[in-house]
Amino acid sequence: MTGLANGPAPFPMTDSTVLKLTGLSKRFGSVVANDDVSLTLKKGEVLALLGENGAGKTTLMNMLFGHYLPDAGSVDVADEEGTLRALPLGHPQAALGAGVGMVHQHFTLAENLNALDNITLGSEPLFALKRDRAAARRKIEGIIERSGLNAPLNVPVGRLTVGERQRVEILKALYRDARILVLDEPTAVLTPQEADTLFENIQAMTQDGLSVIFISHKLREVLAFSDRIAVLRHGRKVGEMATSEADETSIARMMVGADTPKVARAELAPGKPVMQLAGISVAGRSKRDTLKDVDLTVNAHEILGVAGISGNGQGGLARVISGLVHPSAGRISIDDRPIAKLSPAAMVKAGIGRIPEDRHHEGIVGSMSVAENMVIERLDDPEVQRFGLLRHDEIRSHSEELAQEYDVRGPGVTASARLLSGGNIQKLILARVFERAPRLILANQPTRGLDMGAAAEVGRRLLEARERGAGVVLISEDLDEILGLADRIVVIRDGTLIEAATHDRETIGLMMAGETE
Amino acid sequence: MIRIEPRAQTPRAFAVGIPVLSAIVALALAAIPLIFAGANPIVAYGEMFKGVFGSLFAFSEMLTRATPLMFTGLAAALAFRAKLWNIGAEGQLYLGAMAAVAIGSGVLDISGVVLLPLIIVCGAAAGAVGMAAPTYLKVRFGADEVVTTLLLNFIILIFLQMMLEGPLQDPMSLGWPQSAPVLDQGMLPPLMERMRVHSGLILALVLAGVAQFMLARSVWGFKLRAVGENVAAARHAGINVKRSLFGVAVISGGLAGLAGVSEVAGLKGYLTADLSPGFGYTGIVVAMLAGLSPVGVVVAALFIASVFVGADSMSRAMGVSSFLADLVVSMSLLCVLIGGFLAKYRIIRSNKAGATS
Repeated sequence: MTGLANGPAPFPMTDSTVLKLTGLSKRFGSVVANDDVSLTLKKGEVLALLGENGAGKTTLMNMLFGHYLPDAGSVDVADEEGTLRALPLGHPQAALGAGVGMVHQHFTLAENLNALDNITLGSEPLFALKRDRAAARRKIEGIIERSGLNAPLNVPVGRLTVGERQRVEILKALYRDARILVLDEPTAVLTPQEADTLFENIQAMTQDGLSVIFISHKLREVLAFSDRIAVLRHGRKVGEMATSEADETSIARMMVGADTPKVARAELAPGKPVMQLAGISVAGRSKRDTLKDVDLTVNAHEILGVAGISGNGQGGLARVISGLVHPSAGRISIDDRPIAKLSPAAMVKAGIGRIPEDRHHEGIVGSMSVAENMVIERLDDPEVQRFGLLRHDEIRSHSEELAQEYDVRGPGVTASARLLSGGNIQKLILARVFERAPRLILANQPTRGLDMGAAAEVGRRLLEARERGAGVVLISEDLDEILGLADRIVVIRDGTLIEAATHDRETIGLMMAGETE
Repeated sequence: MIRIEPRAQTPRAFAVGIPVLSAIVALALAAIPLIFAGANPIVAYGEMFKGVFGSLFAFSEMLTRATPLMFTGLAAALAFRAKLWNIGAEGQLYLGAMAAVAIGSGVLDISGVVLLPLIIVCGAAAGAVGMAAPTYLKVRFGADEVVTTLLLNFIILIFLQMMLEGPLQDPMSLGWPQSAPVLDQGMLPPLMERMRVHSGLILALVLAGVAQFMLARSVWGFKLRAVGENVAAARHAGINVKRSLFGVAVISGGLAGLAGVSEVAGLKGYLTADLSPGFGYTGIVVAMLAGLSPVGVVVAALFIASVFVGADSMSRAMGVSSFLADLVVSMSLLCVLIGGFLAKYRIIRSNKAGATS
């Protein structure tokens, strides 16, 4: 880890700092998204911001851009003369005015307007008698010429390719005279060729004096195209170095950390197969929901960790096991019995307990009571209903017992579930799932966004289920979590599964990034 | 700077307080045009009050007017609970009314003990079909039910005119587009001597009570609420979302159909194309004022019927246009919507930007 301040600067650039983030911190409830992060950016520099999902990269950039208000810290941006001035925080307009432009991962373009209108949208006065489109067009064409960001200006944006749309987004920022450009995972949606073009354009723009921060977790492009690398982990900046001094291994180690949390676990031999997926393919709407011919066996007494970078098919795998999607090919069997008709209800009946990724959106009905959410998966159960009528008293007393047992804290089981904190919502879901003693548990990002205590509780419950003889599929983007809990690890990449056959952090990190074939 | 922030919990008093306060604010605001029209608002509102509570007859007229609003209000409230936007209660009402005259006006001359229940069931079934069809299009093809149910209203109205000048036309009507009258034994019995209020009101009240109970206490109601509040979680939990939507569509359409049965077989006796002065649409307002609660629908229907009947009477006494009623109803709806926003969010004033974050 090299400190930048006193390190040599082997890359050609002037020494003037254009952006300085000092001690930025942001908490969401009990979760620390950013803790005392400081960064500097020089004129004409390309800084890569690296980190796993949930490391706090996007939160940091959102604070810079004024979308979030930091709890502590300050942002200074250089004005046109190069003097650093404090940026008023929490005001996107102020950030725009100071020359900070951001291109989000999900584009914010009006698809029915052409590129020219999209670029000028919002930077024109609301009540102008006439729009000077000719001047706007001249300015944009000038930018295109200097940067090489080619995009057809007269075609509705809805008909452009993803790469072209991204260039329109960047042009939009440059049109507003951005001197600092933030790109949030710019290559996530691009083909390799488009990505290469993008980086060529970026280099042309930096010659022009533009400074760029790009967020990524692809080691290859970071090493190829950045001047300097900063690594975030668990909301903290854990390292910073000149790209010329970095190599894949050192960055991978920095990203995933070196401290595996010790979890007390019994040594257990894996039992008989609980769930088998054979040749499962899912044609998802996007890469994150797509699976290609996946074979997977989960045994009793075993936690299977599915590691991978976000959006490589984890969604598809989880949706198949949850019964939410029909695979286009393949078979699923539980305890050697194939499941004929896949549906969430059939999966619950087959003994699969599901902990969904988005617990607020899929896990609970927020406006219904805690007790109702506890029984929502077993409405056919005679303990819950008789002749189609709910047994309110039984439901309440049973839910109170469960809440006690699983330590669900909140204003009581008759209160709306949305009043619970994230950790307690997860405990509610755990209670609902574990109460039925499932044969197989699907835990999708079970600790994301949870504080340490709640996360540890989730891990303890999963280990408990493993001891009881259940099989567990643990999908997580937190490699620490997988290394700490899993008996066996597979890496998911581009919708396929690769057996890792190791618990070695660096090897798995490189497999996740697709650097070893 | 003023900021808007979601509330963690809506205060309990809001559920009752918002509609009541909205009604009062709407009446107060409506006083302004009353003054411009040259009327003393206090006297005018006094006339309105008398027009509803001044005599037993006036009161019974208000109940008569409230009856179809209860049916259409329940139709909207239940569907909206499942986020199924049934805007087609007006058309479903006419489907129910057509079914009622089709079988009630002489085809089957049987005892009322059989005929009346048959009319009710067929009317409800016709309305149910009228809502099940757009729901099928929604579930199967993703067609937006707001559009399909709304447009279906006009299609059904034109179909009605065709029927009233064709198969359903009364041969004795001398060419008027109206149906033959429902047989006497097929009529909903009146509740009071020489008054128009009929037993359709009792049916509406019973159904409101049943709906309230089923919504809160039955597995059916549980599923319906879950689908409406968070369809993703409901599906994930194994609830059959399509089946829930169809169930509520059939019930919602059936209730709207009953509004038509109740008007034809309870009040008018025969069917014309102006049977409903927009009861289907007003039912949506009733449901919103009621906060989508079935018991609330009863209260809201009584309120809106009072405003309309009272305004008619005031208009006669003071020469002020009875359009005032529409004004009061629409303003109370706006007030309820604003109130609903305040129930979900609180408005915070802070001097310094972001100081309260």
